[in-house]
Amino acid sequence: MKTFAAIDVGSFELSMKIFELSSRKGMREIDHIRHHIDLGTDTYADGKIARKRVDELCHYLNEYTQIMKSYRVEDYKAYGTSAIRETENTVIILDQIRQRTGINVEVLSNSEQRFLDYKSIAFKGGAFNKFIERGTAIVDIGGGSIQLSLFDRDMLMATQNLRLGVLRLREILHHLNAGRAGYESLIEEMANSQLAVFKKLYLKDKQINNLIIVDDYISALFGKRLFAEHVGEQTDIKSFSECMGRICERTPQELTRFLDMTEDSIELLEISYFLLKKIIQIMDVELLWAPGVTLCDGIAYEYAQKNRIILPEHDFDQDIVACARNISRRYMGSRKRGETLEQIALTVFDSMRKVHGMGKRERLLLRMAAILHDCGKYVSMVNLGECSYSIIRATEIIGLSHVEREIVASVVKYNHLDFEYFDTAGRPSAIDRDSYLKVAKLTAILRIANGLDRSHKHKFRDVKAVLRDNELLITVATNEDITLEKGLFHGRAGFFEEVYSVRPVIKQKRTL
Amino acid sequence: MNGKGMDKKIEAASFTESKYYTNRELSWILFNKRVLSEARDKQIPLFERLKFLSITASNLDEFFMVRVASLKDMVNAGYTKKDIAGLRPEEQLKQVNEATHELVNLQYATYKRSLVPLLLQNGLRIIEQHEDMTAQETEYADRYFMENVYPVLTPMAVDSSRPFPLIRNKSLNIGALVRKKEGDEALEFATVQVPSVLPRIVPVPSEGEGIRAVILLEEIIERNIHKLFLNYNIECAYPFRIMRNADLTIEEDEAEDLLKEIEKQLKKRQWGQAIRLEVESGIDKRLLKIIRQELSIHDEDIYQIDGPLDLTFLMKMYGLEGFDHLKESAYAKPQPVPELPADCDIFGEIRKGDILLHHPYQTFAPVVDFIRRAAKDPDVLAIKQTLYRVSGNSPIIAALALAAENGKQVSVLVELKARFDEENNIVWAKMLEKAGCHVIYGLVGLKTHSKITLIVRREEDGIRRYVHLGTGNYNDATAKLYTDIGMLTCSETIGEDATAVFNMLSGYSEPRSWNKLSLAPLWLKDKFLYLIAREKRFAMAGRQARIIAKMNSLCDKDIIRALYEASAAGVRIELIIRGICCLRVGMPGAGSISVRSIVGNFLEHSRIFYFENDGAPEIYCGSADWMPRNLERRVEILFPVENPGLKAKLKHILDCELQDTVKAHILKPDGSYEKVNRRGRAAFNSQLEFTREARTEAKQKERTEQDRVFIPEIHHD
Repeated sequence: MKTFAAIDVGSFELSMKIFELSSRKGMREIDHIRHHIDLGTDTYADGKIARKRVDELCHYLNEYTQIMKSYRVEDYKAYGTSAIRETENTVIILDQIRQRTGINVEVLSNSEQRFLDYKSIAFKGGAFNKFIERGTAIVDIGGGSIQLSLFDRDMLMATQNLRLGVLRLREILHHLNAGRAGYESLIEEMANSQLAVFKKLYLKDKQINNLIIVDDYISALFGKRLFAEHVGEQTDIKSFSECMGRICERTPQELTRFLDMTEDSIELLEISYFLLKKIIQIMDVELLWAPGVTLCDGIAYEYAQKNRIILPEHDFDQDIVACARNISRRYMGSRKRGETLEQIALTVFDSMRKVHGMGKRERLLLRMAAILHDCGKYVSMVNLGECSYSIIRATEIIGLSHVEREIVASVVKYNHLDFEYFDTAGRPSAIDRDSYLKVAKLTAILRIANGLDRSHKHKFRDVKAVLRDNELLITVATNEDITLEKGLFHGRAGFFEEVYSVRPVIKQKRTL
Repeated sequence: MNGKGMDKKIEAASFTESKYYTNRELSWILFNKRVLSEARDKQIPLFERLKFLSITASNLDEFFMVRVASLKDMVNAGYTKKDIAGLRPEEQLKQVNEATHELVNLQYATYKRSLVPLLLQNGLRIIEQHEDMTAQETEYADRYFMENVYPVLTPMAVDSSRPFPLIRNKSLNIGALVRKKEGDEALEFATVQVPSVLPRIVPVPSEGEGIRAVILLEEIIERNIHKLFLNYNIECAYPFRIMRNADLTIEEDEAEDLLKEIEKQLKKRQWGQAIRLEVESGIDKRLLKIIRQELSIHDEDIYQIDGPLDLTFLMKMYGLEGFDHLKESAYAKPQPVPELPADCDIFGEIRKGDILLHHPYQTFAPVVDFIRRAAKDPDVLAIKQTLYRVSGNSPIIAALALAAENGKQVSVLVELKARFDEENNIVWAKMLEKAGCHVIYGLVGLKTHSKITLIVRREEDGIRRYVHLGTGNYNDATAKLYTDIGMLTCSETIGEDATAVFNMLSGYSEPRSWNKLSLAPLWLKDKFLYLIAREKRFAMAGRQARIIAKMNSLCDKDIIRALYEASAAGVRIELIIRGICCLRVGMPGAGSISVRSIVGNFLEHSRIFYFENDGAPEIYCGSADWMPRNLERRVEILFPVENPGLKAKLKHILDCELQDTVKAHILKPDGSYEKVNRRGRAAFNSQLEFTREARTEAKQKERTEQDRVFIPEIHHD
């Protein structure tokens, strides 16, 4: 058993959960400590977190370390979200925190954050797997934005961030001086345009039957068993709407009593509900489920999984791949060619394992690059490299950090364009040394794969690669003429050789 | 709206009228009267009656310092807001004054006419006046004076060069008129404080066979007062005692708007103003005039007393040795808890199931033991506790300090705002801090009144939390006198809530929802209103609806109104309220609520709330009374008791108290309390019953344990 602390340095709240992780009992939450701290307002307004706030943050983090000590916590993970992420001086702030509290706070990109939320839902295991067998959407309502994710036959297929977070909406409503009675229609107006686009992009011919909610307020009602007999049970939309309708008829004062919530929370509950109501409308869902998870759960789950304390029931890599396929489809990428490329690239990757020393995660990145290799042609056939690079960088890929996304984008770019070396002046700083090496190594492999499928005729379906001394022997079983490939291969192989000091050689094996 | 709805509206609205409520001060005086009735009860052993009389005296002192002082403040500040009974502060003060005068008269009638003669019959002579002493006794008294008393006295005379001395709050003094032996003939005022460091009761060797005699210290001083003012002739000397509007924080109930008012009135509040003067009846008028003028006290605040001032000395009298046969013996000392035999693994026993403790019938030792074991247990990670009024030299404090020294994380919330205990609390709070505990000195604007202990223990299958929740303070001394309920549990849901409570008390955000516990000031009142309204709904639907609530005081207007409404709807409501009750019975349109007050050998202190809930009864215990200060300005915890066995126990406690025919007083529609009219029913004393039950249970356990040891094997296979 391991005692673990998950810390979420959120925009409006610093929270920590203490867990016991064990393979036998899974995750058990022991304590949940929250402190309201408004980091977001500073960041969103000035781009910087005021010193006072940093002091406050450090003070509480120090208290949290005391609490961790008292539980004899063995390990922890601390993540900052949008407030930290959007601060101009993130690196400095994080260093300060580390110096003053000893806590190493890492920054999550939105897509990573949402992925963790998603993982924490998936952690619910059986219930989740069953739920997503039918068309399912997850709506993750945060303070600043919401995340809508769609599942199709238990595979995550699309995810989109919309700036419709409850706190943001409330601020607008307050700014408009709106009365409580006007909330619903105003929220409808604000949400409608964005939701309409979302619908057009993703919901054209999809049937979404189930909706999973991740939020603070509506989930709390689920926690009170207002809609179902047991905590964690799903409810049908009809009884949910009826029940919520009755709740909304009451005055906030009555509700604070009835629901054991502060008036502040009641307001946010209403906003969340009106927003949810709109989402339900565009999707036409039947079943609703609020598993009641927080980012801290996701952090702990990820940790448990990485350390092999808990084995996942759901293949998250498949979700990421499925997402990439959907992006490729949106930009009219060639599925077949992508698949061929993927297959060859992965074959090469696997055979080169000893040499490149990269792992599962990089393999996934290579797959992503293969799938997305030609998305830029949607914009320009000539500027394929640059355009692909831009598209990938601008697209949210759930589960990938910004650095990883940059790697994928770069690999795709250098598949088409000349490689730019690390020390070349003027390089964007998003990529550090390590990532740069990964880009180089992955680019080398993708280039080979690309070279082997030059004609786009998928002649090289059956490819085997064996590493022998300083040569990578690539055996292709095909009866077709591969003169073109062989001829062009030399140019492509140069970079490979440069990166790995291994010379790729093609060998044709004719089948009868 | 139709006519019917209208009627209902009017009816509901009418419960807000002041005629539905009793003024809390007057209700309190009635409570003290009930205590006094114990002192007057011939069925009660004589020395117990002394004790009850003493309690009425100390109660009254506190009442003056806190409540009357507060009313005086309001009057001084020109504050005219009416209380729930529709009385302005001035009117309240007037009525309180009349009632306290009556109460005091009754106190002394009891003392002089009943107790003193009875004591004499039983071989204890109280020499009421020093003039009554025999020559031999006089000689002893004078010698005692010179040897023991004289050295610690500080006599003070007043003349043009020496101002009127500061007379200390609550101190007993002897005032005298003196005249210089030489020189002018003018009368001067002199005073000497009766030293509180010396025992008030001085035994005097008695001549009579089998008779013991005692005299009060002030009589000895009075007799020898000339020795203090050698250059003067003593014209007369009389004891007097004053009560001041002490430098206390204003009672929370009025605090908010009262403070504002006072600010407006440019601090009209007179700190240290004398609000009560007690003098011996027959005091020299000239002497009284001087004291009255110097203290600028009103006539109605002067109490002319026929007997010794400050009857709290009777508590010491109770302690005199050799009179055990005149003391209560029917009540056994606190009994062992059958579920928790001495030296058991207390955590293991709790794991078997929730355990209910009924003090003082059952011993408080397991609670102390709970913390003490935790302090030494290597698996315990943390101990968290709220402390309100703790006994000096508390074993709990010692255990907490030990735990901190043993490297456990110890968090203690110490409430410094506990009335009159501030100084005491600071001392041991500092001690805890020194030992390495994390001490939280209360919360801004709130008094922490909840009684909760959380022990976090790391066990084989993970963290387990043990929680003690109670209705009484963690005070091993009062736990022998106050009736309280405690529960030990390791329920996961309550453990989570307890963790959240301490997170909140440490300044972290409240949890989004609670599993089991309800907390004041945030949710508790609403919870009660909800529970009462739920009974009302059931009653209206013709289902089972009943409320039994036991507490110390009921004076929250919203709750009372809800009770009236529920009762009007047909809910059967029985209230067991020891002290103040602002609710009235027999009010037209308000159904029939019954109120009884149990004043007995032990101070009724537990709060138990029973709600029928249409046949699925819910029982709660907690630290809160139904008073605005409990529900709005204090941190209080209400916890449900869900284990069927424990629920039955609690219901049994309530049932017994509802059946009590000996110590129960019933509130009448005219606002007075009367003892239960037994009408041929057998005498049933609930406290006595509980003590009997506790003893039987403890014995049974003992027996079965012995049985277990000696089970011979009879059959041989």
